[in-house]
Amino acid sequence: MTSRTVTHDRPIDRLRRALADTWTITLRELQHWRSRPGVIVFNWLFPVLTMGMFIGLLGGAIGAATGSSYVDFVMPGAFAMAMFFGLEATMTAVCTDASKGITDRFRSLPMSGFAVVAGRCTADMINSLVSLAVVVTAGLLFGWRPDASAPAIAAAFALLLLLRFAVLWIGVFIGLKATSQEAVAAVQIAVWPLLFLSGVFIDTATMPRWLRAIAEANPLSATATAARDLFGNPGFAGESWFAENAALLAVAWPILLVLVFLPLSAATYRHLRR
Amino acid sequence: MRGREPDSAIEARGVRKKYPSAAPEERSALDGFDLTVARGSVHGLLGPNGAGKTTAVRIMATLLDLDAGEARVAGYDVAREGRQVRRRIGLVGQYAAVDEELSGLQNLVMFGRLSRLSPRAARHRAEELLEQFGLAETGPKRISAYSGGMRRRLDLAAGLVVAPQILFVDEPTTGLDPAGRRDVWDAIRILVDGGTTVLLTTQYLEEADRFADRISMLAHGRVVADGTPAELKARVGSDWLEVLPRAEADIPRITKAVRRWASGDIRTVNGRVRVPVLDRTTSLLGAAAALQDAGIALDDLTVRTPTLDEVFIQLTGAAATDDTTPADDTQKVPA
Repeated sequence: MTSRTVTHDRPIDRLRRALADTWTITLRELQHWRSRPGVIVFNWLFPVLTMGMFIGLLGGAIGAATGSSYVDFVMPGAFAMAMFFGLEATMTAVCTDASKGITDRFRSLPMSGFAVVAGRCTADMINSLVSLAVVVTAGLLFGWRPDASAPAIAAAFALLLLLRFAVLWIGVFIGLKATSQEAVAAVQIAVWPLLFLSGVFIDTATMPRWLRAIAEANPLSATATAARDLFGNPGFAGESWFAENAALLAVAWPILLVLVFLPLSAATYRHLRR
Repeated sequence: MRGREPDSAIEARGVRKKYPSAAPEERSALDGFDLTVARGSVHGLLGPNGAGKTTAVRIMATLLDLDAGEARVAGYDVAREGRQVRRRIGLVGQYAAVDEELSGLQNLVMFGRLSRLSPRAARHRAEELLEQFGLAETGPKRISAYSGGMRRRLDLAAGLVVAPQILFVDEPTTGLDPAGRRDVWDAIRILVDGGTTVLLTTQYLEEADRFADRISMLAHGRVVADGTPAELKARVGSDWLEVLPRAEADIPRITKAVRRWASGDIRTVNGRVRVPVLDRTTSLLGAAAALQDAGIALDDLTVRTPTLDEVFIQLTGAAATDDTTPADDTQKVPA
């Protein structure tokens, strides 16, 4: 700031304002929920529907093959899936704001630029917390039970939310880069093979060796496998390095993704000025 | 917190902006753009699509970086003191949207909060604006349910949350009926009376003519003319005699026949001979007689008072080519 500016911009004031702005943007997102409750409730139920479908379709076959309950196997995977689906919500919201000129409105206001993204981040994490609560409740109704200590269960949920935090930044980046809703739709389709090519729903041991290596390296597999372990639910013994180090990867993968996509998102946001 | 008190609300010098990824003919959006807007005035920035209006406003609103040159808004450099600029400007129209999924009230409260009003002050200001724009009843409804006129008024309100020193307004009255237009302009007038400077971009030259104190005409990324509406019109001659011959081959003969009534250069635009004249009736009668004597067949002969459209055609035509018959694409003036 030059000496000519009249404002008192102490760092503490700026931080306080950034937090206030973040809350304002968060509140805006929560108001969106109220303005179209149908969409948001469907988004919360969608992972449950998908999960229910898999239990119905595959539960018998896989359960019979392993001798253990498919529900206990699949639920931690379904939690990871619910977190992963957050990608679409973030991406669509960011892209819509940018294409409709809302982002420009925010950028023309004397608000904190950090808050635009931080508010989105807070709202999406709250959204995913609800989503997770819904899937967990549904899981409990289906008969899923964790068999572990409270700290281990807490650690499992922490890993799931960490995955959500990582895909959030992928969503912000793609949402800012996508020039059209069509591009967003393309990514929405690409989400499915990523989901299936993992250990979320199925035992990777049944896959051809090369495919299995890819599936086990999938960040979704790492989180699902690590969560199964922490919840004390049955998993499958992996044989690749990735499967053996699932817990490490469930931490490392999201951190790596954040390290890549957070700076990319920030740079893209700044590049809106180009 | 009024900041520095500059003589001009907006001061742009030699601003250049290129879009490297655009098509070759659109790559250079601003090419030596100069603009001075006096404080407390309504200034019209006019030009056809692609002339650089949007780019210019986006740069002044700190939404876009400039490549070269300097622009100061409210005395602050847009490149280095963006935050100070943002505290003093408001955007209305296409430059910044409102959130369609929220109510008008929620939007205004949110913008107030983000403009550093306290929760209570933001709420109070939002209600005040809704009242002022006749939206008190629709305020709590979602904007996606608003009519076109209500939507325009809310757009305007959104730009006024903090009573900006400088308001960038784009097409404020598109799609409004005459009463709606009057309401919007009344609101803008009240602001200007309160000391706000308004930079207006519009396709309605008539509206600019009526409401703008000064006008800058933009073509190919630079200002080609600048002045009050009256000055600009005077630049192209007070009145025109417009002669449309049946055969274009007659144009040299027409030019010769009417030369004695011309008060300036005779130009040919789109097959029409335009003769600037000082006295409407005398020259019309005289020219009519002279053309009849010369036996030239005409399709039309009229006297016209220049509008900003014509100023524009002449100026941008001249800016595009040095030819007296400008190419067709330079004729396209916003409707």
